[in-house]
Amino acid sequence: MAKNHVTTTINGDAVEFLCEPEDTLLDVLRDELHLTGSKEGCSSGDCGACSVLLDGRLVCACLVLGVELTGHEVETIEAMAHGEVLHPLQSKFIEHAALQCGVCTPGILVAAKALLDKNPDPSETEVRYWLAGNLCRCTGYDKIVRAVLDAAADMRGS
Amino acid sequence: MNDMRYEAPDTVDGAVALLAGASGEARLLAGGTDLLVQLRAEMIAPALVVDLKRIPELQSIAAEDGGFRVGAAVSGAELGEHPGVKALWPGVVEATELIGSTQIQGRASLGGNLCNASPAADSVPAMIAAGAIARVAGSGGTREVAVEEIATGPGQTSLAKDEIVVSILLPARPPGSSDAYLRFIPRTEMDIAVVGAGVSLTLDAGGVCSAARVSLGAVAARALLVPEAAEALIGSKLDAAALARLDAAASAACRPIDDKRGTKEYRIQVAGVLARRAALIAAERAGRN
Amino acid sequence: MASDKEFKWIGTRPPRPDGVDKVTGRAKFGADLYVPGMLIGKVLRSPHPHAVIKSIDTAKAEALPGVKAVLTRADFEDRESELVPAGEMMVNYRDIVRNVMAREKALYEGHAVAAVAAISNAIAKKALRLIEVDYEPLPHVIDAVAAMQPGAPILHEDLITDGVDPVPTEPSNVAKRVEFALGDVEAGFAAADVVIEREFDTQPVHQAYIEPHACVASVAEDGQAELWVTTQGHYVVRAHCARLLGMDISKIRVTASEIGGGFGGKTVVYLEPVALGLSRKAGRPVKMVMTRDEVFRASGPTSGAHMKIKIGATKDGKITAGEAELIYQAGAFPGSPVQPGAMCAFAPYDLENVKAVGWDVVTNRSKVAAYRAPGAPISEYAVECVIDELAKRLGIDPIDLRLTNAAKEGTRAAYGPKFGPIGLVESLEQAKAHPHYQAALGPNQGRGVASGFWFNIGGETCASLIVNEDGTTVLTVGTPDIGGSRASLCMMAAEELGIDVDQVRPIIADTASLGYTFLTGGSRTTFSSGMAAIDAARDVVQQLCERAAKIWEIPADAVEWEDGYARPAGANAGNFEPMSLAEIAAMAGKTGGPIVGHAQINAQGAGPSFGTHLVDVEVDRETGRVTVLRYTVLQDAGKAIHPSYVEGQFQGGAVQGIGWALNEEYIYGADGKLENAGFLDYRIPVASDVPMIDTVIVEVPNPRHPYGVRGIGETPIIPPMAAIANAIENALGIRFSELPMSPPKVLKAIGEMAAAAE
Repeated sequence: MAKNHVTTTINGDAVEFLCEPEDTLLDVLRDELHLTGSKEGCSSGDCGACSVLLDGRLVCACLVLGVELTGHEVETIEAMAHGEVLHPLQSKFIEHAALQCGVCTPGILVAAKALLDKNPDPSETEVRYWLAGNLCRCTGYDKIVRAVLDAAADMRGS
Repeated sequence: MNDMRYEAPDTVDGAVALLAGASGEARLLAGGTDLLVQLRAEMIAPALVVDLKRIPELQSIAAEDGGFRVGAAVSGAELGEHPGVKALWPGVVEATELIGSTQIQGRASLGGNLCNASPAADSVPAMIAAGAIARVAGSGGTREVAVEEIATGPGQTSLAKDEIVVSILLPARPPGSSDAYLRFIPRTEMDIAVVGAGVSLTLDAGGVCSAARVSLGAVAARALLVPEAAEALIGSKLDAAALARLDAAASAACRPIDDKRGTKEYRIQVAGVLARRAALIAAERAGRN
Repeated sequence: MASDKEFKWIGTRPPRPDGVDKVTGRAKFGADLYVPGMLIGKVLRSPHPHAVIKSIDTAKAEALPGVKAVLTRADFEDRESELVPAGEMMVNYRDIVRNVMAREKALYEGHAVAAVAAISNAIAKKALRLIEVDYEPLPHVIDAVAAMQPGAPILHEDLITDGVDPVPTEPSNVAKRVEFALGDVEAGFAAADVVIEREFDTQPVHQAYIEPHACVASVAEDGQAELWVTTQGHYVVRAHCARLLGMDISKIRVTASEIGGGFGGKTVVYLEPVALGLSRKAGRPVKMVMTRDEVFRASGPTSGAHMKIKIGATKDGKITAGEAELIYQAGAFPGSPVQPGAMCAFAPYDLENVKAVGWDVVTNRSKVAAYRAPGAPISEYAVECVIDELAKRLGIDPIDLRLTNAAKEGTRAAYGPKFGPIGLVESLEQAKAHPHYQAALGPNQGRGVASGFWFNIGGETCASLIVNEDGTTVLTVGTPDIGGSRASLCMMAAEELGIDVDQVRPIIADTASLGYTFLTGGSRTTFSSGMAAIDAARDVVQQLCERAAKIWEIPADAVEWEDGYARPAGANAGNFEPMSLAEIAAMAGKTGGPIVGHAQINAQGAGPSFGTHLVDVEVDRETGRVTVLRYTVLQDAGKAIHPSYVEGQFQGGAVQGIGWALNEEYIYGADGKLENAGFLDYRIPVASDVPMIDTVIVEVPNPRHPYGVRGIGETPIIPPMAAIANAIENALGIRFSELPMSPPKVLKAIGEMAAAAE
C-alpha cells in the first residue's frame, strides 16, 4: 500500500512528508519530522501530553490524522520560544518550579498559551478547567496554576 | 498493514457516493475524537475513511427560521464561541462543551457525538430536550429525523450505509424558554458521563411551566426522551412537589447497567437529582428570557 | 551544625539547570531517541489471567517480510532464586526472568509471552498476530484473601510460605509472613479503657507516570551493548540485563534518558532485557515503547490489601497497645511491600506494646512494583483512621491525641531502631497552630488530620566534580533526576566551592562513566548524591588549597578556602592575594595536572521524615461527590536545599494521595481481566479536581548529613487517604473503611445511614 504524500505548514515552515492513512499527526511529528517535543502519554486523547495548535485551535495531535493536514497549519512546543527568547509562560514555569519530571510540560505550555491567547485574564478556576485535559502526576498542579496566572499578569503588563 | 484509504470529498453528494460505492467497511471522520481512539485500540479496521470537514454545509452555523442550523462537523469550541447559539440554546452549548477536554473540544462535533451513539454522549440529551432535528443525506435523497431517532443502541444508528448527518437544526423557541444540561462524573472533568440530564422548558408570564422536554443519558442503551418527566413539570411552578414528581419520573425511566463507571442503583438515584437540578437552572434562565 | 551558619545558596530558589530544555521540548525522554537502522520491538501478551503455555510457534512471524528477530522463553536462560535489592523492595532473579518473558505459565492477563522486532510498528503488530501460542487456561484467583484459602488455584507449585513455623509441606499462594513486635500487646489491650478494632480494604493503584516505559537497545556483533532507557536506576537496569542475558556487566553501557515520572514504578525492568535480546538476534538497534494499555496491564501497580487494625488507649489518651494484621497482594510473583508496610504502620507513635504481622500473597495480577513509600501508605492509612476514631471516642482533639503519643528522639520504633532527632511533634504543633486548623467550616463540610512516616534510605553513590581550565565545573552524578534534584546537587557543590551555582553544570553519567550508584528512590537523591557531591567538592577544595600552597610556596595546611577563594590561613602564613577558583584552575597544568574531586560512598544516616496533613472536604449528599476544598502539608525536610522542589514533592504526593483516596483503583472483571487500563477510566486527579496545596517546611536537621538534609519525596503520599477519610467522617458522621471513597459508595452509605435513622 503506497503511503500518502502530504504538504502542510508546521511552525511556519512548509513541510512535506509521507505517511500511512492511519498515522496520527503525533506519529508524523515524532517519527517522520523528529519534532519530539510533543509527547505520547496515552494515544487516546486523555492526557494532553501531545497538545498542539491546529489552525490556532488547541487539539491533541494523537487525535488528528497526518493525512488531514493538507492546507492547515500546525504549531508545536518547538515554536514557542523565539530564538533565545523564551515565551513568558516558559520563563514563569522555570521561575515557579512548575515542572518536576517535565514530560507533561510541553503539552501544558501549549495549552496555557492557547488559553492566554483567548483569555488574557483568567481566574484560577478558569485556568484549572482549561488545563483539565493536561494530566500531571508530579506537581499536583499548584505551581503550574500559579505560573500561568503570573505569566498572564506579566503579559497584561500588570 | 491496514489497507485503509482516506478520502476528503468537498460535497455532500461526493461523500454519499463514496459511502454507496464502498466495498468494505466505511467510517465517517469529523473531529476524530472517537474514531481515532477506536482505530488505535484496534476496535475497528475500516477499509475507507471519509473526512467530512471539507464540505461547507457541515462546517457552517447559520440562522434559520429563528433557530440555528449547525453543520454536523462544527467543533464544540466553535459552537461555544457563537453568541447566537449560546443565547438561544445554552444547555446544548454547555453539554457540547462538557465533552472531554479543551483539546477534545477543538475537534469534537455534534454530528460525531450523535452518530458515535455512545449511550453516555453528552450533547445528545441536550439536543433531544431541545427538539433538535437532524438533516440526513443519502443516495435516496434528504430527510429530516428527530435526534432521538438516530441512535438505536450502543454504537448503532438508524442511518443507512450511505447516509450522513449533514446538519442539526436547533429550532426557534418562544419567549420565556431556556434549557440546561447537567451530568455526573466522579472527577470534575475528563470522565464519561455516569448520568446526564437535559431539560428544556417554557414558562408563561405567570411563571407556570407551559412546555417541557426532559432527556436522560447514560441510563439506558441510548439517550431517552422521558415524557412522564416533562408531564411532572407542565402546569407547575417547579415547586417542591413538582420537582419530587420529576425526580421520581426520571428515576423510573432509567434502564441502566452496572459498569466500571457506576452502579444501577447509583444511576437511578442520581438521574432524579440531576433532572431536578437541571430543571431549576433552565427555569432560572427562562425567567430571564 | 551546618544548618546554623548562613548559606549562600542553600535555601534559595535558583532556576533549575535543565529548565530551558524541559520547557522548550528539547529534553530527550525515553521514546525521543531515533537511531539509524532502528527496528521497532513489540510484545505479545497473554489474554489469560492464568494458563499453562504448552507451546509457542513463531515460524509464521519469523517468515513475515520485515521481521528481523523473534524472542520467546527459549531465548532466556532460567535463573536460580536470588534476591537482590531494587529500590526499597527486593526482587528475585528467578521471578524477574519469568516476569520479563513467561516460561511455564502465563500468570496474569498481559504477561509477556513473546516479542518481535520489525522494520515498522505496523509489521511488528502483524507479526504478533502470526505467533501461535497454545494455552491451557487454568482457574484464576485475583483476590488475596481468596488466594489464601485452601483449594485456591495455586500459582507456583514450589512456593512454600517463608516465615511460618512449622514449615508447610504443601505449596500455597502465601509467599511470606513477617512480624515486627515490641512488648506484650495482650497486656496492653487489657490495660486499655477503650479498644477499637477495624478492618480495611484497599485496591491496587498505579503510579500512573505520564511517560510510558521506553528504551532503545543496540548490541554489536562482539556483544558490546548500549541501552538508552527511561529509568530511576540505570545501574540497576544494567545489573538485571547483564544477569538475564548472560553478559559481563562491563559489556552493557546504559544511559538514562530524562524520565517522565517513576514514583518507584521505573525501578525494575520490563522491556529492556527483551529489547537487548531482540537487538542481539537482529544485529540492529531495537526501540520498544509501551502503550498506555500495556503500562496499566503489564507494569506493576502497588498492592491492594485487606487489613485488621486494633488500638487500645486509656481514657486520657495514652495508647497502650497497637496491633495490625496486613494481607497484601503481590501480584503474580512474591514481593509485595508488606514488610515496609508492617514496619511503618505504627511508626509515628511511641508504643511499648506493638505488633504488626504481614502476609505476602500472590494472585493472578501483574507483579506489583514500588509506589512512593511502598507499603506504608496502605498500612498507615488504616492506622491513622483508627487513631482518629479513638480520638473521637475519647473526646480528645485528634492532633492532641497524636501529640500525647508522638514518637520523638529516642523512641524505639516497632521495627527496631531508635529515632534520632525527628520532626513529628513539630509538624503536629505547627498543624495545630496553622490558620487552616481554625478556619470555619460550612454545612456538609468536614476537616481531617493524619500523620505519616517513611524511613528513607542512603546507599551506594558516586560523584565526580571536574574543574575546567576556566574555573567552571561539571558535577557528574549517577542518580537520574526525576523531580529537579539536579538543581539541589549543584547548589550543594556551589556552596562548598563558594562559586556561583550556574558555574556548576550537572551531568547524569552513563554507567560506564561513573562508579556504581544505586537508583533514584527511597528519597535518597538529595541526601546521598548530595553527600557525595559535598564530599567531591571538599576533595576539590583540598586540591585547590594544595595548588595555591604550591604557588605560594607555603605548606598546604597554611591555606584555607573561603567564599570561592584560597587565602593564607592567618597572618603567619604570609601576605598573598587570595586566588579564585578560576585563577587556580588556569594554572592547574603547571601545578600538578587536572583538578578533579570524587566521592564513592555508601551513604548512611538517612533520616526519616514525618509529616502531618490537614484537609477540608465538602460532600454533596445527593450525589456522593467529595470535593477537596483546602489542603495543607506540614512535613520535616531536615534542611530544604531548594524549597520550591521540596514544596513540589509535598504537593505532588498529596495529590496522588487524593486520587488514591477518592477515585483511583484497578477494576477487574470476574474473568480476571483489567477493565480500566487507560487514563479515561483509571481516574487520576486533573487540575480542576484539587485546590492549591499549601505547604509548611519543618526543619529538624538530620545530624548525619552535612547540611541536615532528610529525604522528603515519599512521606507526602502517606497521610492523604486517612486525612480525607477522617474529614468525610467529620462532614457526614460516616466512617469509611474502604478505598477509594468514590461517589457510588459514599451515596450508598448516606442512604443506609438515613434508612437506619428512620
